Parts: sequence; structure tokens; C-alpha cells
Amino acid sequence: MSDNRRPGVPDGLDSLIMKIAVCVKQVPEATGQRKIDPSSKRLDRSGEGALNQYDVNAVEEALRIKEANGDQGEVVLISLGPESALDAMRKGLAMGADRAVLVSDAAAAGSDLVATSYALAQALARESADLILFGQQSNDSDGALLWAAVADRLKLPVISQAAELTIAGGKARAKRQTEFGYDVVEATLPAVVAVSDAINEPRYPSLKGIMGAKKKPQDILSLADIGAETGRAGEAGSRTEVLTLNAPPSRGSSQKIEDDGSAAEQILAFLVERKLV
Amino acid sequence: MDFTFDPDLEEIRTGVRDLCSKFPGEYWRALEPSTYPSEFVDALTQDGWLAALIPEQYGGAGLTMTAASVIMEEINASGCNSGACHAQMYTMGTILRHGSDEQKQHYLPKIASGELRLQAFGVTEPTAGSDTTKISTFAEKRADGSWLVNGQKIWTSRAEHSDLMLLLARTTPADQVEKRTDGISTFIVDMKAALTAGTMTIRPIKTLMNHATTEVFLDGVELPAEALVGVEGQGFKAILGGMNAERILIAAECIGDSRWFIEKAAAYSNEREVFGRKIGANQGVQFPIARAYAAMEAANLMRYKAAWLYEQGQAHGSEANMAKLLASEASWAAANACLDTHGGFGFAEEYDIERKFRETRLYSVAPVSNNLVLAFLGQNVLGMPRSY
Ligand SMILES: Cc1cc2nc3c(=O)[nH]c(=O)nc-3n(C[C@H](O)[C@H](O)[C@H](O)COP(=O)(O)OP(=O)(O)OC[C@H]3O[C@@H](n4cnc5c(N)ncnc54)[C@H](O)[C@@H]3O)c2cc1C
Ligand SMILES: Cc1cc2nc3c(=O)[nH]c(=O)nc-3n(C[C@H](O)[C@H](O)[C@H](O)COP(=O)(O)OP(=O)(O)OC[C@H]3O[C@@H](n4cnc5c(N)ncnc54)[C@H](O)[C@@H]3O)c2cc1C
Repeated sequence: MSDNRRPGVPDGLDSLIMKIAVCVKQVPEATGQRKIDPSSKRLDRSGEGALNQYDVNAVEEALRIKEANGDQGEVVLISLGPESALDAMRKGLAMGADRAVLVSDAAAAGSDLVATSYALAQALARESADLILFGQQSNDSDGALLWAAVADRLKLPVISQAAELTIAGGKARAKRQTEFGYDVVEATLPAVVAVSDAINEPRYPSLKGIMGAKKKPQDILSLADIGAETGRAGEAGSRTEVLTLNAPPSRGSSQKIEDDGSAAEQILAFLVERKLV
Repeated sequence: MDFTFDPDLEEIRTGVRDLCSKFPGEYWRALEPSTYPSEFVDALTQDGWLAALIPEQYGGAGLTMTAASVIMEEINASGCNSGACHAQMYTMGTILRHGSDEQKQHYLPKIASGELRLQAFGVTEPTAGSDTTKISTFAEKRADGSWLVNGQKIWTSRAEHSDLMLLLARTTPADQVEKRTDGISTFIVDMKAALTAGTMTIRPIKTLMNHATTEVFLDGVELPAEALVGVEGQGFKAILGGMNAERILIAAECIGDSRWFIEKAAAYSNEREVFGRKIGANQGVQFPIARAYAAMEAANLMRYKAAWLYEQGQAHGSEANMAKLLASEASWAAANACLDTHGGFGFAEEYDIERKFRETRLYSVAPVSNNLVLAFLGQNVLGMPRSY
């Protein structure tokens, strides 16, 4: 952790100059239909990509922490994906992140959780950030696991489901949503935090932000660049194999009852007919 | 022709859509009939969208006409109304092209930041109508070089929400000039000063849609010599360039409206069942929507051509006008198809269709009546007899 205290920062504000890494994923546009490529059994990612919604919350949180620190420090976006993922990462840059690092390598295609977490951990190790933020889960594969796997590889504490995050005194303190309320969890920095969408209302990029994003550093790195062994990434490094894919079962015929005053009777008739009451 | 997908434009579209998503139908409905959408305009200004055409050296984004038009299109396609603010984007063009260095240094950065709003354009007068050369608002040059302005403007939109007005006034009486387009000059008017001095009065006009339009009375408005933009007597030509930019942007707004109507209509026709089938299966419902779509796509080609010519610095007057003509016709066809498709529901406020219907209707008449576009094409391009 960089322990350079800034002079002239008002009391009460933690004066750490923080480097925050945010792991972001490009996912298919939420409005589009998801398609699975039957031959590779992978998600068809050919259409337009967007930044995973939870990751937008994570970027927002990183920017707020930086701004609360007098706009000092750095917010770095990290992703593993095809080169087109840079388009989605640019939205994070347009929001205000400082630079983007994309690990893109043909040998990384088809990475499962184990392989993805390996490559990301390698990329993160080069950055030695004070705080690593994740979105809670991705909109496309909904694993909600990657942050745990990455934290384990980096041997860092991890807090998930963060609905509120405070950085003070070299610690990350988060409120975690639970079924009946919330827990407050604290971890010493550097730490990994996965945020929920309740944590903030993300900003939208301004025109200046969008124009400026093009000029910010955007590095595309190969597996070799991040010191990753090719055999441990991609399909070769994956421990799982997708055998078959099936469409979710249809819900069967459903009937919609508009309440014109007789809805209760109609529901009762339905249940009686099926001998459910 | 190059129709390659442009990722830069797509980023602009996404950015505008993100912003507009904070201003849904409920927001616009609550403003009816005549409250100005200040929060919406402030958000656009703050995020720099209205400064798209101002060069970077003056604090703007220095975007192309195509990109600027995409901003307007996306606003209207999101269900919002650029009519409230489009003039802030293009009115400054007259200063940019014809203003002195001092005027550019003084005004453009402040317009870019939103500190100064220049979104009132005083051209139309009650008696002159579409015949702009007949305007009677007169600016008299005084011995010390300053000006004294008397007259009346009508349909000066957003005058109550603007700090500056670009004003067109006669500086030489029409009977003393060789060409009737001569002797007209352009001024930049500090409206706040004139209102404080009591020499300017603004009266709102209630209209079909929420457009913040007004009539403006100028009774001895005093302007310093530096208020003149460009060459004295050559103001008519100076504003024409700006008007072409305006037409390209308005065409894009109509394309945006068309998209909104067509999407809504197609979706509803796929959903609503009457007589045991989706209404969209009836060609009487389907074809008007498909026809409007074809008209929109065709108008869109003219809009991009006009923008391209503008960017190349080539003559683009007839293309800009044709784009506005075709796009306003397409959006009106789309509006009617959408209203018809929704049957009675289209008339209910909560669907926003009747609001957009009223809003898009304006563009067949303003900023120039489609008849005048046809008359221009007929006589100036095709050499037929003159009607104006
Ligand atoms: C059994 C199985 C087989 C799979 N096979 C394939 C396959 O053949 N091909 C294939 O392409 N995918 C495959 N995947 C998906 C791939 O493993 C996931 O993309 C990866 O494990 C991340 O999981 P997730 O998207 O569910 O992330 P989650 O754990 O839901 O994501 C949480 C957070 O992690 C971060 N994150 C996620 N992905 C990335 C990324 N790429 N870069 C940076 N940050 C990220 C984001 O912050 C995100 O919000 C497979 C997944 C499973 C479970
Ligand atoms: C809501 C609104 C906002 C506006 N905002 C502004 C603004 O901000 N600034 C500004 O300066 N102006 C503004 N206008 C004015 C607008 O540009 C004019 O209304 C428009 O140019 C038409 O002029 P007119 O109303 O005087 O119609 P007229 O010129 O009186 O025309 C009446 C009818 O006669 C037709 N006509 C006239 N001459 C011919 C011909 N030779 N051949 C065929 N048909 C002809 C016209 O097409 C029209 O149908 C606005 C108008 C409206 C309604």
C-alpha cells in the first residue's frame, strides 16, 4: 500500500492517496436477446457490448472515493476479454476513470472461473492497488464468484454485497445487505470489495468525458505481458467443461386475470377446478 | 458512400440516452402546458452536450455537424424534446463565422460553459412573416457608433430563458438598397440589460405544445457599437449559414421523433389483440408504420448528406432544406401512424404520444414552412417561376 500522506488535507478526510483497481466486464447489451453459440457452447458476444451494470456501480464508487480524497490517486479499470471489450471500458473512462488495462489474448478464450481468476489475479498483481473493486455479479453469466476466487489468489481479504463503503484509517468498512438487515464488515487494505447495485446511483458520462476518454491510456496486454502461463488460462487452464446447454423449461400456459371486481371468484373457481382447495 | 458503423457516434448516442433516461415521460407531462424544462436543459448544459459545435479552443467539444445532429436525434428518440434547447447549440454559429475575434473570445467560452445562454433568435416579425426581407425592426446608427433599436419580433422562442438574443434588424430602409436582402444587419443583444432598462418587453404566447415562445417588443433598445456581428448591411447572408445548420439539426430531431413513434407503434401492434389477433397483422395497421419507416430512412440519407456537405465546406443549402422537409414529413407520418395504431389510448396523456404528436407537428412550419422549402427548390434549383 502506498503510504504517502498528503499535506493540507482537512482533518477527518482520510489522507491516503489511493490506487483503486476496478474489475469490469463487457457483457451483451441488456436489451438484446442472449444467444449461445451451439458449437463452442459459449455466449455469442458478437453483438454490441455494454459495461456490466454492477461494474458501473463499482466504477462510480471508485470515483467517489477518489473525489472524496481531493481527487488524488488513480482509478484503473482491469478486464479480461476480447479487444472489443475496450469499447465498453471506455464508458468507465468517460465516467472519469484514469486508465484501462485489457488483457486480451487468443489463448485466454474460453476461460472458466478458475482460468479467469488466474489471469485477472496476474493482471492485478502488477498494479498493486490499495483497493480492488468488483461488481457483485455479471449480467450474462451471473456467477457472483469471481471476486472470491481472485481475492483468494491474491491472499487478500474480501467483502461482498457491499451496499455502503467507507475507506478510513487504512481500512475498508462496508455494510453488507443480508436477508433481515445488514452486517458491518471491516477489512484492512489492500482488500477486495464486491459492490451491490444499492451502493450508489452511477453518474452518466458527460460529452467532455466521452471525448476525453479517447485520450486516456488504454493498454491491451497479452498473457505473456502479465506473466501468465498460457496453459493456466483459456480453455487449457479451465477445470470445467460445458457438456450441454438447454433452454429454460417453459412456464406452461398461464392465465391473466384482470380484476373487474370478480377476480377473487375467478381465482377461487380456478383452484376448485384443480381440486386445490 | 461510406455507411460504416461509427463507434464514436454510438458513444454519443449512448451518452445522450443515459442522460435522457433521467427525464422520462412523467417529467415532461408534469411540465405541460407551459413550464420550461430547466432541469433537463441544465443537465445537458452541464455535461457539455449543447457546446458540441463550439470549437475546443473556446471550451466546446468541436464536434462535427453529423455528431451534433446525432445528439439532437437521440434526445428526441428518447422521448425528450430538444425544442427547449437546440438553439443554444447553433445560434452561436453566426458569431463563430462572422463575429470579430473579440466577440468570439468574449462570448463563446461563456456560451460553452452555459454561463451565458444564447438561445433566442429574433428573425420573424408579425407583418413580414416568411418574407424576412420585409422586416421592419430598425436599428439606427447614432453619431457615436452605437445603435438604437425599435420594432417587434414574434415567435421568439426561449426569450425568457436566454441571456442574449441574436437579432436581425434593418439598418438601411428597404427602398434605399439595391437588393432587398441588403441593408439588414445582425446584432447580439444583451437581453438582461434591455429588460432592466425597460426598453424590452417579452410576452409569452400560449401554443399547441410546450415551446416557451414569445413576442418581443423593442422600444428604444440601446446597443453599443460592438453589438454588431459581421458587416453592417450584410446580416441576412450572415444568418443564412446558421439557418442551414439549424435545418440539419431539426431534420435529425424529426428522425429521432420518427424513431420514437415507429418503435412505440410497432411494439403496440405486436401486443394488442382485437378480433382474436394482433392488430399489427392487419395491413391497415402495419403498412402506415412500414411506410413511415421507409420515409424516415430516406430522409435520414438526406440528413447525412447535408451534414457531410456542411462538413466539407460545400454548398449545402438545398440539401439542408430538403432534409428538413423530408424528415418533418416522415415524423408527421410516423406520428399519425403511431396515434392510429394506439386507437383511443393514443389520446391519453400517459402514453406521451399526443404530446410528441403536438411537438413534432411544429417542424412542418418552423423554422421554415415546408411550402417555402418547396418554393425554394422550385424556383432556385429548378428555375420555375417565382412566388417569393
Ligand atoms: C461452467 C462454466 C463454464 C464456462 N465456460 C465458458 C466458456 O467456455 N467461454 C467463456 O467465454 N466463458 C465461460 N464461462 C464464463 C466465465 O467463466 C466467466 O465469465 C467468468 O468466470 C466470470 O464469471 P462471471 O461472469 O459469472 O462473473 P461474476 O463472478 O458474476 O462477476 C463478478 C464480477 O467480476 C468481475 N468480472 C467478471 N468477469 C470479468 C472479466 N472478464 N474481466 C474483469 N472483471 C470481470 C466484474 O467486476 C463482475 O461484476 C463459463 C462459466 C462457467 C461457470
Ligand atoms: C412555436 C414556434 C416557434 C418559433 N420560433 C421562432 C424563433 O425562435 N425565432 C424566429 O425568428 N421565428 C420563430 N418561429 C417563426 C417561424 O419560423 C414562422 O412561423 C415560419 O417561418 C412561418 O412564418 P409565418 O408564421 O409568418 O407564416 P406566413 O409567412 O404568414 O405563411 C402562412 C402560410 O402561407 C404559406 N406561404 C407563404 N408564402 C408562400 C409562398 N410563396 N408559396 C407557398 N406558400 C406560401 C406558408 O407556407 C404558410 O403555410 C416560430 C414559430 C412557431 C410556431
